[in-house]
Amino acid sequence: MLKYIVKRLLLLIPVLFGISLFVFLVLHLFTADPAAMMLGQHATAEQVAALREELGFNKPLYVQFGIFLSQIVQGDFGRSLMTRAPVTDELLTRFPATVELAVAAMLIATVVGVTIGVISAVKQYSIFDYLSMVGALLGVSMPIFWLGLMLIILFSVTLGWLPVSGRIAVGMEPTAITHFYLLDSLLTGNWEAFKSALSHLILPAVALASYSMAIIARMTRSTMLEVIRQDYIRTARSKGLAESVVVFKHALRNALIPVTTVIGLQMGSLLGGAVLTETVFSWPGIGSFIVNAILAGDFPVVQGGVIMVATIFVVVNLIVDILYAYLDPRIKYS
Amino acid sequence: MSQAQVSVQVNEPVEQVYSPAADFWRRLRKNKLAMVSLVFLLALTMVAVFAPYVAPYDPYLSDMPKALQGPSSEHLLGNDELGRDILSRIIYGARISLRVGLIAVGIALSAGMVLGSTAGYYGGRLDNIIMRLMDIMLAFPSILLAIALMAVLGRGVENAIIAIGIVSIPEYARIVRGSVLSVKENEYVQAACAIGNNDWQIIFRHILPNVMAPVIVRATLGISTAILETSALGFLGLGVVPPYAEWGTMLGSGRGYMFNAPHLVFFPGIAITLTVMAFNLLGDGLRDALDPRLRR
Repeated sequence: MLKYIVKRLLLLIPVLFGISLFVFLVLHLFTADPAAMMLGQHATAEQVAALREELGFNKPLYVQFGIFLSQIVQGDFGRSLMTRAPVTDELLTRFPATVELAVAAMLIATVVGVTIGVISAVKQYSIFDYLSMVGALLGVSMPIFWLGLMLIILFSVTLGWLPVSGRIAVGMEPTAITHFYLLDSLLTGNWEAFKSALSHLILPAVALASYSMAIIARMTRSTMLEVIRQDYIRTARSKGLAESVVVFKHALRNALIPVTTVIGLQMGSLLGGAVLTETVFSWPGIGSFIVNAILAGDFPVVQGGVIMVATIFVVVNLIVDILYAYLDPRIKYS
Repeated sequence: MSQAQVSVQVNEPVEQVYSPAADFWRRLRKNKLAMVSLVFLLALTMVAVFAPYVAPYDPYLSDMPKALQGPSSEHLLGNDELGRDILSRIIYGARISLRVGLIAVGIALSAGMVLGSTAGYYGGRLDNIIMRLMDIMLAFPSILLAIALMAVLGRGVENAIIAIGIVSIPEYARIVRGSVLSVKENEYVQAACAIGNNDWQIIFRHILPNVMAPVIVRATLGISTAILETSALGFLGLGVVPPYAEWGTMLGSGRGYMFNAPHLVFFPGIAITLTVMAFNLLGDGLRDALDPRLRR
């Protein structure tokens, strides 16, 4: 097992190198003049030339990549053109917000998705099954930013139950320990902050969870249906076990193995979806920051942000793979 | 004697033999949801093609006094922030969404087939290089990669097609490679090789036709993803350039008015959802009809 983990960690190095090279090439080859793009239409030729000099764009491409690589290995992604602050700092301050949102969404998607899937499978062809599969179909077909807007219109504007946007009410931020507002407010016993953070988190988390929830519910239902028809389930029933024991202990545990893979795969769409959800709810995370950077032509932030998200994605996938190998003893670590 | 013959004929089950295409169509036709989706998509395509004749108003004609007006008998889905007829804009929007969806998937499919079949057929170092490149592209959430590509390519329908096409290549390359790997071991491929066909004849004539089933299913589902991604780019302000009517762009620009005029964001979203759902249902139906073993 340890050997497998070390091997996978070593394999991460060429992948991260590839990611950096890919982002670098895309941004440098597709843009005729990045310096001009960053400064916009109103820049003078001298300004463009100065920036080109400052960022080293007049050096040969491979030299630029070499410099770029040696910088990012040290965690240096340059400075943001919008805020003039180091890109790494900017991204790291926004990182906890994105993680909080993604983890909340993943929890909702997994818990609700698996529950719906199990009930649908056990009560196949019931009204519940029918309605939840229609719901799942809607979940994979709706754009999440549209769902987000609809949730805002319903719960924030019409009913007035939840706030429209942001991460917490202004001035309510709890003392920073982990930088996750829910956790920090709990740790400091700040209930007002906890309530505010939770009420801000619900809508974006539900919107972001919708797609993955639908996929997980479908997958759980179909694997449960397969497992339930197997002989050992019939044996368990015939020896007089309670139905709940059969469903949860015998069937669900085996059905969960393929579901785990799907949950792992969903982390990617969740990170991508976070870009959209954060924009809809003005959630101060990495996603909305990257989108703003793109609209403002902030080249270093786009570069650093995209590499950072891809790195998170790859690392999360690695963790899922390792967990999966641990959960399913049939998997070989070769 | 003759009686015996008659009884034999009666007992023998009437076995009708269908051609694979007829068999496929027979199975697809039984799937009501897939058929409804197919009809819906055909109707949508017709509406998109004949948009100038179908749309009740000019989608670009601003009528300021009617700005933000809700649905009425005159304007069935209401007017947007510039008083333009929303129904007409949604009808014209279908042109963009379908075009981007179909062409982007076409690009991804062609590139993915060439890369995937090359990797699968030749194996070895070439396979390794191609698939590692695909792995690196898969390391990015696809919408993020599409956003980054749009940032460097600039806005516009053609660029959206290119961006979405590029980010979907790895998926098809993987599917094709996997299928090619299993098909190329078949005896008929060895036979094709033995009678002196060259590699490309073998790949295009003998291997690819036999890996098309999963690819077609994936492509149909891929169109729905492409449409969702197009609308996401439009929503973020990275899609088509205004005043072109595109569903996601309509949502993005209507967003600022959604508190007093929610119909600006409601109807374009319905259009996206219905279209994506239809492609999803059709894709599921095709999967079941093409390969009953894949049925879940």
